[in-house]
Amino acid sequence: MDKSTISSSKPKKSKKPKGGHSSMTRRSMRRWSWLFIGPVFAAFIIGFIWPFAQGIYLSFCGKFNTISNAKFQGFTNYIKAFQDATFGHAFWFTALFAIVSVILINLLAFAAAYALTQGVKGSNLFRTVFFMPNLIGGIVLGYLWSMIFDGILSIYKTNILAKAEYGFWGLIILLLWQQVGYMMIIYIAGLQAVPEDMIEAAKIDGATKSQTLFRVIIPNVMPSITICTFLTLTNGFKLYDQNLALTGGQPFRQTEMLALNISNGYSAVNTRGIAQAKAVIFFILVATLGIAQLVSTRNKEVQQ
Amino acid sequence: MGKQKSIQQEKARKTIMSVVLAIICVIYMLPILTIFSNTFKNASAVKSDIFALPNSETFVGFDNYVTGMTAGSFPFWKAVIFNVIITVLSAALILLFCSMAAWYVARVNSFFCKIFYYLCVFSMVVPFQMVQFTLSKTADTLKLNTPWTIPVIYLGFGAGLAIFMFVGFAKSIPIEIEEAASIDGCGPVRTYFLVVLPMLKPTLISVGILEIMWVWNDYLLPSLVLDLAKYRNIPMHIQLTNTGSYGQMNLGAMMAMIFLSIVPIIIFYLICQKYIIKGVAAGAVKG
Repeated sequence: MDKSTISSSKPKKSKKPKGGHSSMTRRSMRRWSWLFIGPVFAAFIIGFIWPFAQGIYLSFCGKFNTISNAKFQGFTNYIKAFQDATFGHAFWFTALFAIVSVILINLLAFAAAYALTQGVKGSNLFRTVFFMPNLIGGIVLGYLWSMIFDGILSIYKTNILAKAEYGFWGLIILLLWQQVGYMMIIYIAGLQAVPEDMIEAAKIDGATKSQTLFRVIIPNVMPSITICTFLTLTNGFKLYDQNLALTGGQPFRQTEMLALNISNGYSAVNTRGIAQAKAVIFFILVATLGIAQLVSTRNKEVQQ
Repeated sequence: MGKQKSIQQEKARKTIMSVVLAIICVIYMLPILTIFSNTFKNASAVKSDIFALPNSETFVGFDNYVTGMTAGSFPFWKAVIFNVIITVLSAALILLFCSMAAWYVARVNSFFCKIFYYLCVFSMVVPFQMVQFTLSKTADTLKLNTPWTIPVIYLGFGAGLAIFMFVGFAKSIPIEIEEAASIDGCGPVRTYFLVVLPMLKPTLISVGILEIMWVWNDYLLPSLVLDLAKYRNIPMHIQLTNTGSYGQMNLGAMMAMIFLSIVPIIIFYLICQKYIIKGVAAGAVKG
């Protein structure tokens, strides 16, 4: 390989390709493409492209057990998906859940970040503690909290699965515990980037603490607010593990969120095609949010 | 005088805030502490009042840990071992191959590379439910349904975030260093391993942590793909022992199992805290 690099390095030197390597290294790199990009590309096709394409196809198919015995039937699955009352309920439940969680998580995370950037003693320790629950996986979190909630609710002779409201607020508390610390870290980074002299200038001009907060600090951390809002929104919409572990959709599928509703649909042959159609709808919904997020964070990256 | 007073006020305010935050921290840790205290109680005591501390009547020593670890036809310790195998193999595969591919994409930058890059970015916004059924079928056909082969799926599904982050960093590496290496007679493979890979270290750490946390805690993919009589990871095992059909476990042992699943995460966190918190901002793009 060394030989080829040297021999190809002699002639072409005048033309430099835009952005990338000079052509000599580029050409010798291409000879190794099977090694550099081959394994990921193969795994990406197996793990993503192929299943994704098949998923789109199957959403237009009738009953199927395997992919080979599926028959094309048009938009029937989509019509059935929209007619499915559990899907509609899951959508509104998820949307409401996402909105409430976005507001609460961001308010608390910002408040925590603001408190921890005031130079209070022990800030690092507090930050460590607040972030910690974020690393625990959804299933473990769900069962951890279901035991805690049942422990509390048993005092009132009831349990978390008794009412849909319990499940809803239980999930909100769980998600707050898990995600406030994460969003707090992003807000801390944002707050630390606010220029000190700006705050100083506001103080000299006689601004009160709350004026400084709303007129100087918050406009300056807008990028962090955008990121965190999108993150909490998509996290809320895609929530699955926590939902499954805490309530499993009970009582009577009333606390079933979109991801769980779709996932449950795959288990029976009759509803499999409908579940796949629901998944496509779900994908379009989440992808729209995700792309909006990428576009809005792209601007921030350019500045860095 | 007035100024001194305001400084004193400021000091008092900060002390009060410290105390308030400390109280919130303790409340924050209560769920985990409650679980911990229940790991030492017998099942009926767990059931009657989970907030009571263990006393001489309800204390069972480490019995719950022993039962939790070994009970059932598929003991918990096996799930821990499989979890470690899957996580280590997947993270290693993702870090090695995705960083190689990302460097190639950043440098060669051909039409194919651009398509591949945008497909990777696209894959980040696709929810798992979209490929849930088809991916499990593909995995079965290709025999990617064991702890030793499932990392291939993780490589494919985790490529999006990894490629996205690596390409961003690889583009910022000055090209002159690589050119110097190639003039000194290094081919692309040697340049990559001797020159590029060491420079990628900070991104390798951030991506590694993100992927490790994801694979370690992942439930849906392994539960769809793995044969649960033979292989389970920790989340699968916790889910299966809690859903009735596999026999309910005694509550004390369940508490021990939950606690044991959290311990490795806390240790990992305390060791890598600095990198994890740094990586959060970097990984904030994943939706």
